[in-house]
Amino acid sequence: MIRRISKRSMAALALLLFLFLAIAGCTGNCSRQERERDFVIDLPEDSPEDLSKVRQVFYSLPSPVETAIILKTSGAVFDEDLLNPVENVSRYLTNRSMALNLGIYTTNLSYASLFDQAQICIDYMDAAKRLADNLGILDAVDRFTLERLEENISNREVVIDIVSETFMNSSSFLQESNREPVAAMLLAGGWLEGLYLALNLIDEDELEHHSMVNIIIDKKLSLEIVMLLLKQNSQNEDVAELMGEMGRIEDLYRKIEIERSPIEVDRSGEDGVTILRSSSSARIERDVFRDLKSTVNEIRNSIVS
Amino acid sequence: MKRLPVFLFLAAALFTLLPDQAAAQCKGFARRICKLDLENYIHDGNYHAAILTEGEEAELYKTFYAGQDYRIAVCGSELMADIEFRVMDIQRNVLYDNSEHDYISTWDFRLESSQQLMIWVRVPSPDQGYEPESGCVAILFGLSGR
Repeated sequence: MIRRISKRSMAALALLLFLFLAIAGCTGNCSRQERERDFVIDLPEDSPEDLSKVRQVFYSLPSPVETAIILKTSGAVFDEDLLNPVENVSRYLTNRSMALNLGIYTTNLSYASLFDQAQICIDYMDAAKRLADNLGILDAVDRFTLERLEENISNREVVIDIVSETFMNSSSFLQESNREPVAAMLLAGGWLEGLYLALNLIDEDELEHHSMVNIIIDKKLSLEIVMLLLKQNSQNEDVAELMGEMGRIEDLYRKIEIERSPIEVDRSGEDGVTILRSSSSARIERDVFRDLKSTVNEIRNSIVS
Repeated sequence: MKRLPVFLFLAAALFTLLPDQAAAQCKGFARRICKLDLENYIHDGNYHAAILTEGEEAELYKTFYAGQDYRIAVCGSELMADIEFRVMDIQRNVLYDNSEHDYISTWDFRLESSQQLMIWVRVPSPDQGYEPESGCVAILFGLSGR
């Protein structure tokens, strides 16, 4: 009897193992084609025949890495006092505060990495790991990532690559585990921090000529995408509340008019780079800048405190 | 017989994991294969990948910033048909169409002023008589950071 049950169990286990291997496919040393074959999924038999009308829509916000690159190339300087102190990490206990502050810390981390702030990078990666762990994001930052960061801390390219991977791991994990509202708040937190940094790195007296003013004006374009992304997830109470706060920023941005000429495509750029030629004009009045800065600071400080 | 519920439970758990497995494959595809197309460009860290079936379309809206050099990489499994993508402005004027460039998977560009653009992606329908395939399609963005 014992032997018969054992045989059945073995058969069952073998069947499970076979199914698992069939599903999991190759995970180790596979050729490129074998690896790509894994990503082809058999259609269920009841698939609709006419699929031409099926369309998925994505909204992409500037990531923390892109935000930091744009800040740096626009002449920003590094100011540690603007960062959300890592000591605050233990205060964040709700999904909302953890997601928003993970976005904020990742933007701080990207900003620090572009200015070669080694110790700050390590501290902020550690804070990001704690929040990702508490949000249940598996392996966003594992031990190997932290070791790789410490070993390459003076290599900016590798550090930025690690930050980029960490952000991708967090947002993709949340999206793939059907936690889109949390992913949306993570992205919105990063976006808000980018605006907060830009607003606080400019002196009001420099509004007429500082190159970073354009970053603040151009945020109007990505704010539309922030609102669309939040709207997509507004059935979630936390997201709905955040939408209300972002709406205050949107109201102020309505006072900034941007005029643009149509885009002309110029394919004569060096190294095959196409240049999209167009001009734009926009202006931000002092009182609008002041209101925007105080509103953003108030919202951001309520999130980090 | 006592082992049957255990087996059924294990089998049910395994099949519950199927969608996550497909999603995880998509993430792996974006990271291990599509990201290579960014070459020297810095991946911005955003993740846009989905399982599409031949005949399906997707749209992605993104703001691109003046003065930055960008690379868009759109890729799908090699066993699927060539992925078609177009970059359009907000009036849906086509700025780039990879079907006019042998379905190359990347496009490098720079903007003189910041713009909101739309990337339209389509997996061409299969030839008549063939079952449509499904697979991961990923859209990644890189910056030169110069």
